[in-house]
Amino acid sequence: MTVLLETRRLSKRFGGHAAVSNVDLTVNAGEIHCLIGPNGAGKSTLFKLIVGLHGVTAGQVTFQGVDVTRHRPFERVKLGMSIKMQAPGVFKELPVRQNLRIALQHHVQPSQLTAEEDRLLELLGLTTDAGRPAGVLAHGQQQWLEIGMALALKPTLLLMDEPTAGLSPEETYITGELMKKLNSEGMTVLVVEHDMAFIRQIAQRVTVLHFGEVFAGGTIGDVIADPRVAEIYLGKTRDY
Amino acid sequence: MFKLLNGPQTLGATRVFWISFLFVVLVALVYPAAADAYDVGNVAYLLIWTFMAMGLCLVWGYGGMLSFGQTLFFGVAGYGYAVLATNLGGDAGTTFLALILALTLACMAAAVLGYFMIWGRVNGVFFGIVTLSATLVLSFFLGQTAGPEWRIGTARLNGFNGMKDMPALNVPWRGGESLTFDGVPLYYLVMALVVVVYLGLRVLLNSRFGNIIVAMREDPQRAELLGYDVRKFQLATFVIGSGLAGLSGVLYTSWGQFITPASIGLPAAAMPIIWVAFSGRGDITATLVGSFLVLWAFQVLTVYSQQAALLLMGVMLLCTVVVAPQGFAIGIVQGMRRLIRGRAVHRSGPGEREIKA
Repeated sequence: MTVLLETRRLSKRFGGHAAVSNVDLTVNAGEIHCLIGPNGAGKSTLFKLIVGLHGVTAGQVTFQGVDVTRHRPFERVKLGMSIKMQAPGVFKELPVRQNLRIALQHHVQPSQLTAEEDRLLELLGLTTDAGRPAGVLAHGQQQWLEIGMALALKPTLLLMDEPTAGLSPEETYITGELMKKLNSEGMTVLVVEHDMAFIRQIAQRVTVLHFGEVFAGGTIGDVIADPRVAEIYLGKTRDY
Repeated sequence: MFKLLNGPQTLGATRVFWISFLFVVLVALVYPAAADAYDVGNVAYLLIWTFMAMGLCLVWGYGGMLSFGQTLFFGVAGYGYAVLATNLGGDAGTTFLALILALTLACMAAAVLGYFMIWGRVNGVFFGIVTLSATLVLSFFLGQTAGPEWRIGTARLNGFNGMKDMPALNVPWRGGESLTFDGVPLYYLVMALVVVVYLGLRVLLNSRFGNIIVAMREDPQRAELLGYDVRKFQLATFVIGSGLAGLSGVLYTSWGQFITPASIGLPAAAMPIIWVAFSGRGDITATLVGSFLVLWAFQVLTVYSQQAALLLMGVMLLCTVVVAPQGFAIGIVQGMRRLIRGRAVHRSGPGEREIKA
């Protein structure tokens, strides 16, 4: 199996606090890989190290065989990463269509822009909102719009930090189905998430972080069956 | 390319707008035939400043970088033109060479200052502070160049009194004569430049580049996560906007055949901010029209009292911030749109409105 993304002994310290310590993570081409862990486990910090929003303290990030540890985020995107952050990162004062255009104009011919925008608007269920400022959309619609912008880059690896934050259960389910559909078309997906229902729905492989270190890993079945994972998520059970 | 004249970044895409635009250009073309030479020269003078306003609109309104440095680049290009035109002799088209070199100098100065600010992650209010500081440094520096040792070639800088009597823009003309750009010829030159710059900016703003600069104004990190090297686009925007201030500087220097440090210093540096904020920094047309009208009103008032005119500028800025942060020109357009829409809804009745919704 081809390794698409790899981190080797990746560490990040903020002053005296080790947010991420010696993390070895491998994402294979064509899989949906979920990164989970309780609050404060270092998931988002690891995500930011992978996408280049934080500089590493030690270690290495390799993407498609290229050492991208010192690359700026836009350089990683040009290599095939596409990133969706936790909070909806849409351009709130710009119309929905223009948000998509800004992402699409990278690689789509000007003559085909409108058709491609229409296709994405349809996919995201935002056709009737195309002319509205993105900031007036509901939270869930903004999340989808941002997912649409990330997809517009036609990435090799789609990285998403808590894509279901603020979504209703129904919207979460639809988002999960969208992820699975994209994956079946060949897209590799790395998701940071703590919604276990969503993870069960989409994950093929899971890595569990705890106190900034890799705590457990394997298939979703392996992870759910691991009593240590239940313990860090739910706390130690006591017999009284 | 012509399709890009209209787009999401610019107001005015209707047939009525473009017919009005052509009408204004037509009136401007015949204006010198109907007005006296003083008024024509005066309109040219007012139009000269609109390049600086449009440049600031690009940098601040569209690019999100509040620059107090417009008069810095105005001064660099103005003094640059004065020194070059004086040294080159000012005939046989050398003044246009001086114009091009002075503009290049202003753009290079903007590129150097912009590089250190943008790559040094200076943004927000600090962008304004650094550009204002650089502006004041140049103003104070030029103010202390009164001694005879402060000369470049044959051109003396003259401290607070400034430079004067440099050749005006001119080109070789029939019979060995030269055509000097003052009065009516200057008016037509400035008019043509305003139209070219305005239309050029509309195309630029509605192009791929324009989409990126508004994206980086909204959220620079998000723009970078879409694969754009935001720093390069910010620098390009800053250089273009500053270059336009430089164009104002050269034309102003040629128009009056003088330039002083006072046209760079603090009161002067605050003026473009007021013109653009009042007019509406979010749109290039609003900035062009609004700035011209503000400049005209300022000049009319200055005849009676310069203090009153300056006070009015301050009041205008205050009112803009409190009442119409998006600018009065844009505010009026939006208000009229709401009024028209309201009337249309009123006419169509509530039932139809519900169906449309």
